[in-house]
Amino acid sequence: MIYEISYIALLFFFIFVGLVVGLSFYFGRKTRSSASYYAAGGQIHWGVNGIAFAGDYLSAASFLGICGMIAISGFDGFLYAIGFLGGWVVALFLIAEPFKRLGKYTFTDALNAKFNSRAITLSASIGTLIVSIFYLIPQMVGAGDLVMPLLGMPHWAGVLLVGAIVIVIVASAGMASTTYVQFLKGGLLIVLSLVLTFFILKNGLTLTPDFKGSSSHYTFMELTPQVENEKVTTVSGWDVVTQQAVGDKTFVKLSQDGIERWFDWTQDQNGHRLKEALTVTQQGNGQILYNGEPKENRRFYQVGHMSKIVVNGQEVQKTGSVSPFEFLSALQESEIVRFLQVKFSDGEDQVSLYYQEPTAGATFMLPGLKYKIGRDANLWSKLDFISLMLALFLGTAALPHILIRYYTVKTPRDARKSTILAIAAIGGFYILTLFMGLGSAVNGVLDVESSNMAAPLLARAFGAVLFSIISAVAFATVLGTVAGLIVASSGAIAHDFIDVYLKKNLSDHPKVQVGKIAAFAVGIFAILLGMAFKGINVSFLVGWAFAIAASANLPAILFLLFWKKTSETGIAASIIVGIVSSLLIILTSPTMWDKYGLDAAGAWHQLENPALISFPLAVLTVYLVSLWYPKRNGGKAIENNVAK
Amino acid sequence: MHVNNTSTEKESLTKRKSILGIRLFFIYLICYAGFVLIGVFQYELLAFQVLGGLNLALAYGIGLIIFAVILGVVYNYYCTKYEDEAEIEQSDEAKEGGTV
Repeated sequence: MIYEISYIALLFFFIFVGLVVGLSFYFGRKTRSSASYYAAGGQIHWGVNGIAFAGDYLSAASFLGICGMIAISGFDGFLYAIGFLGGWVVALFLIAEPFKRLGKYTFTDALNAKFNSRAITLSASIGTLIVSIFYLIPQMVGAGDLVMPLLGMPHWAGVLLVGAIVIVIVASAGMASTTYVQFLKGGLLIVLSLVLTFFILKNGLTLTPDFKGSSSHYTFMELTPQVENEKVTTVSGWDVVTQQAVGDKTFVKLSQDGIERWFDWTQDQNGHRLKEALTVTQQGNGQILYNGEPKENRRFYQVGHMSKIVVNGQEVQKTGSVSPFEFLSALQESEIVRFLQVKFSDGEDQVSLYYQEPTAGATFMLPGLKYKIGRDANLWSKLDFISLMLALFLGTAALPHILIRYYTVKTPRDARKSTILAIAAIGGFYILTLFMGLGSAVNGVLDVESSNMAAPLLARAFGAVLFSIISAVAFATVLGTVAGLIVASSGAIAHDFIDVYLKKNLSDHPKVQVGKIAAFAVGIFAILLGMAFKGINVSFLVGWAFAIAASANLPAILFLLFWKKTSETGIAASIIVGIVSSLLIILTSPTMWDKYGLDAAGAWHQLENPALISFPLAVLTVYLVSLWYPKRNGGKAIENNVAK
Repeated sequence: MHVNNTSTEKESLTKRKSILGIRLFFIYLICYAGFVLIGVFQYELLAFQVLGGLNLALAYGIGLIIFAVILGVVYNYYCTKYEDEAEIEQSDEAKEGGTV
């Protein structure tokens, strides 16, 4: 995508980031002991904590990823919203209060509250670290995407910028800052999403989405070719250069005034048609052309429009203002044009081509465009769908940076109220993502190269100020989430591993110092991974983090809380089996195969999400190992603790 | 004796809340699993128009989100009620035992 720097957006961006960093320093001054660094000394009000929970949870995956995936794949993106929220039910009903009674600072402390096992300490700290890192990747990818239109920077620079700011925040302050920062941006994100949804419904649906000059609608060319022997021979006003078959599609390259463009060759009842496509061509000499021209010529357009609008059976040009129900039902009856990607070689050139795919609204508003469970489904695709829904449902409660907030309020009653407030806030937000994602799909704002920018780019169509504020909040969203994750990671390294596992018995000051060094190291690692995973939808990446968390942490937590025979060896083994099996399945998945530069279809298996296999494996492990290696103290410790 | 009684009461309160949580969890789990199973085994049902012109997939999905919030409020109401009852019982016992 080609972006121009917006100076208004820049101004708001710097004001907001300045505010975030300023708050962090302000609260950081109050943070002296290690207790206050990790868990804000248990002094956070439940209301603040609840919205901060929402702020933690509404990360890049929710705002950028879900909206983006809905815009590209329709209802399949909303599956993430359903699953992400369902996960809170597990957290609230099964984990929240027992967990609060168990531990002190970290997930490992809680797991180890009933045993004093070094094996649990080691495995749980590794689990926390790996889940945090997998959750960090999408945040960093989202940060890079955000910064591109905001500052006109390349993706890697955005990743670096977020990494640097967060390292400064975490190293200078700690949990106290992140709780208040998360509260602020969680609240703002919900309010701004309401504003954006209001604009979407007020504008309604139109075949030509123009926004007072801020985003002018481009009508893609359609040409009529002469065809002989299954070859395009002539096109009026154009020279035919070549044609290329990719799968069951054929693309034709035409030239006019020395500029070459690609077209999608289709055939319907009216005969042969050539529909203009979008291309990014990497030439043999290294130069990159956008639609056959250099970047500066701005011929690479934002996409996503409707080819037919039907309201109550009548075809219309536009609807005017609509209610939420009217908006959804009109979309179901209408037709949406999506852009699908293919890659191929054309001589020395590498071509990424995006062609128009008219999709019935009824299909767009059902699951199946990304996760094949209806038409075109096979066993793998159905298993993948179940696996995703399982991971999303079970992952929330097992995320280390969410759990850590259970400690930041005084009582279990407050932890419960915080969680319910968070569910209400997050649930409301997720319903809004449906409108924001669908609004992006039909208002000609999408960047075909990255789905992650759907919602902010939609905001840009409605006005520079809205765009600037939303981008700044989204950026702060990433900042806050990354900060929370890095705190959790540094806790796992400094507190669990060095202090408890290695028995260094650090005093307060060195413990904070080690935590800060660990935060720095994790931050650098996250920056590198964020650069490596550019272009992948952030919700999809978060699905992996959820699967690892669900497999590594949840069986251990649930058995610990609900089965008295659970042993320390069982817990440690379950965590390790959960981590290893989920990582193994992810690293051999089709998406990773594609990242390695191999053919995704040739991957060892076709399962994108590992939870369906790794979660039951971890459950079986904690059960069997606990039976084979019973706990050492015969259960007295557990019973005493439960009584407490 | 007093300490033991308090401990027993606390344990019973924890148990009541825990049972409530588990029940509500299973209610939600059944609804959530229903959505997934319909998707996998009866996909065509998801296209069925149900509410205000919305298909079942949308109505079910939005319904699951709203239902989670409702269950959360129900859970909080009953937990708070149990805690208040336990506090009253505890203070009554304290009075009976002659302590404040």
